[in-house]
Amino acid sequence: MFSRTYRMLVTVPPLAWVAVFLLVPYGLMFCYSFWSVSSLQTIVHSWNLKNYQELLQKPVYWETLLRSMWIAVRVMLFSLFLGYPLAYFLSFHAGKRKDLLYQMVIIPLWVSYLVRAYAWKTILGSDGVLNALLERIHLTHHPVEFLLYSPFAVVLTLTHIYTPFTFLPIYAALEHIPRNLIEASHDLGANSAQTFWKIIFPLSIPGVLAGATFAFVLSLGDFLAPLLLGGPSGIMISNVVVSLFGAAYNWPLGAAIAFCMLLLVVSLLFLSERLEKKWSFS
Amino acid sequence: MTSPTISVPATTESASGSPLLSIRNVAKNFGHNVVLRDISLDIAPGEFLSILGESGSGKTTLLRIIAGFETASSGELWMAGARIDHQPPYRRPVNTVFQNYALFPHLSVEENVGYGLRVARRPAAEIVQRVSEALDKVKMTAHAKKKPSKISGGQQQRVALARALVNRPQLLLLDEPLSALDANLRRQMQLELKSLQREVGIAFVFVTHDQEEAMVMSDRIALLRSGELEQVATPREIYSRPATAYVAQFLGQTNLLKGEVRSGLARCGALSWPVSLRDGPAIFSLRPEHLRLEGAEDLPFAVQIRGRVIHQAFHGPTESIRVQCGDGLVLLMRAPSGHVPNGEVSLEFSPADAIPVRESPERI
Repeated sequence: MFSRTYRMLVTVPPLAWVAVFLLVPYGLMFCYSFWSVSSLQTIVHSWNLKNYQELLQKPVYWETLLRSMWIAVRVMLFSLFLGYPLAYFLSFHAGKRKDLLYQMVIIPLWVSYLVRAYAWKTILGSDGVLNALLERIHLTHHPVEFLLYSPFAVVLTLTHIYTPFTFLPIYAALEHIPRNLIEASHDLGANSAQTFWKIIFPLSIPGVLAGATFAFVLSLGDFLAPLLLGGPSGIMISNVVVSLFGAAYNWPLGAAIAFCMLLLVVSLLFLSERLEKKWSFS
Repeated sequence: MTSPTISVPATTESASGSPLLSIRNVAKNFGHNVVLRDISLDIAPGEFLSILGESGSGKTTLLRIIAGFETASSGELWMAGARIDHQPPYRRPVNTVFQNYALFPHLSVEENVGYGLRVARRPAAEIVQRVSEALDKVKMTAHAKKKPSKISGGQQQRVALARALVNRPQLLLLDEPLSALDANLRRQMQLELKSLQREVGIAFVFVTHDQEEAMVMSDRIALLRSGELEQVATPREIYSRPATAYVAQFLGQTNLLKGEVRSGLARCGALSWPVSLRDGPAIFSLRPEHLRLEGAEDLPFAVQIRGRVIHQAFHGPTESIRVQCGDGLVLLMRAPSGHVPNGEVSLEFSPADAIPVRESPERI
């Protein structure tokens, strides 16, 4: 069909890209995870499983991982609870305002992540907008301290940032449901609630799975929100990796954690894709 | 408004007793776009009524108003003594077979068929029983466990039918249900659908743009044109006594003879024949099969025309010719194959076969 040159031109650059920027770094990281740091602060290329043992033995690492997963689960749930109704409203009831509202959901994605994270810092801080408001309406008389620098602040910020990512696949799934299926359901005697649970929701499951995966995976690997808003109790696993590669200068242990996370994320993506396939009907 | 502004001409009221569904002065417009004007129509219990019309005639909108997916801009729907036009679709005792079947893709064939019974919370044993009966009726029992995407279009059609009929509606609405099928399957399904309808005794309102399909299947045909009812009658009557020029042309082929009536004589170009109509301009519909070769049969008071064959077409059992008759009059004639001449011909027709038709439906 296509000439050899053409095929080379379209296949080689992406393959080279993947090899140089993905496979090689991952390979290197994988190697590092089996090496160790000597007492002289140099990386010794001796192969062992010490880093993985340390991960399992020291609670600080796997507890942080569990806490990160718990934060990611909460972000996932909140963004589903926000994203699904929004997507449902836009798809079925927004009428002429559909495009405008859709753009309004998308626009925050163009705003820098940092700006949005700092915005929450301004809102939640002890002399922030929220505390000022609470004192103004005499609900509190002293600044509420626990708002900022807590897992709560991290969950809130990440939910805000990743809800559009959850919204989009759900919205796409809802838009793909043929409207005559909904009419058929009503025609067969089902009211709106029955139609939602028996027809609309099952057919939107692939979108829900994709959205949930986005929110969970992106939150799990996040390090800026916990860094800016998390405080000591809101530390997430990526912050540990960052410090191991930075100040702590323990690249091998950092690489071992990173590799475990990679494994976790890849298996989640794999699982989610399998489930999405199971629930898609074309 | 209390009375219809269009009298539906030459209607055979097949309904003896009270109608099942009564459509009263229904109109629909989308903004300034008028889709239906003042439709009044009664459907009798057990009747097979086709709503026939071109695309854009409003036939699907009328069906959707009956089903409850659209609300009429004005007018009322009455069914079994109750007004239903304010009820949501799920409360109306009607079911619909959709044009593209609208089977639920995530449910198996039997789950699709059982859907209406499940949402109505019928006992499980009854659901199993009725679903299997319905699948049996449409010969789909062997495919009960399959997903809709795994069965053919004709089979999906049958499942859609079973899914509607299993609820035992009083009225079944069908929106061009056969249009996605190929010609042979379509003819077969026409017969199956008709015999199924007789068997279950449910009234069918069948929307189609195919005049032949409407004639083969219906007890009555309601012909819609640009949102107005042109004629409602049995297939025989609508074909042999078309009320308007449009009806005559839409159902089958016809020759429209435009002329005038003066003192008991119809004149159309060089032709004239006696009629008992009032004086004034007139249009007559003359079916191609009512034109004959001169002397082929003994026609009393036959009107004779001479002309030249300009076009010939073979249809299988019949052949048709176009005959140029002078004055720009071109007549279409249809005769059994092998009985069609060429060159100069002499044709005749019986005055009784020239049916006077109106330009448009009569208004009060």
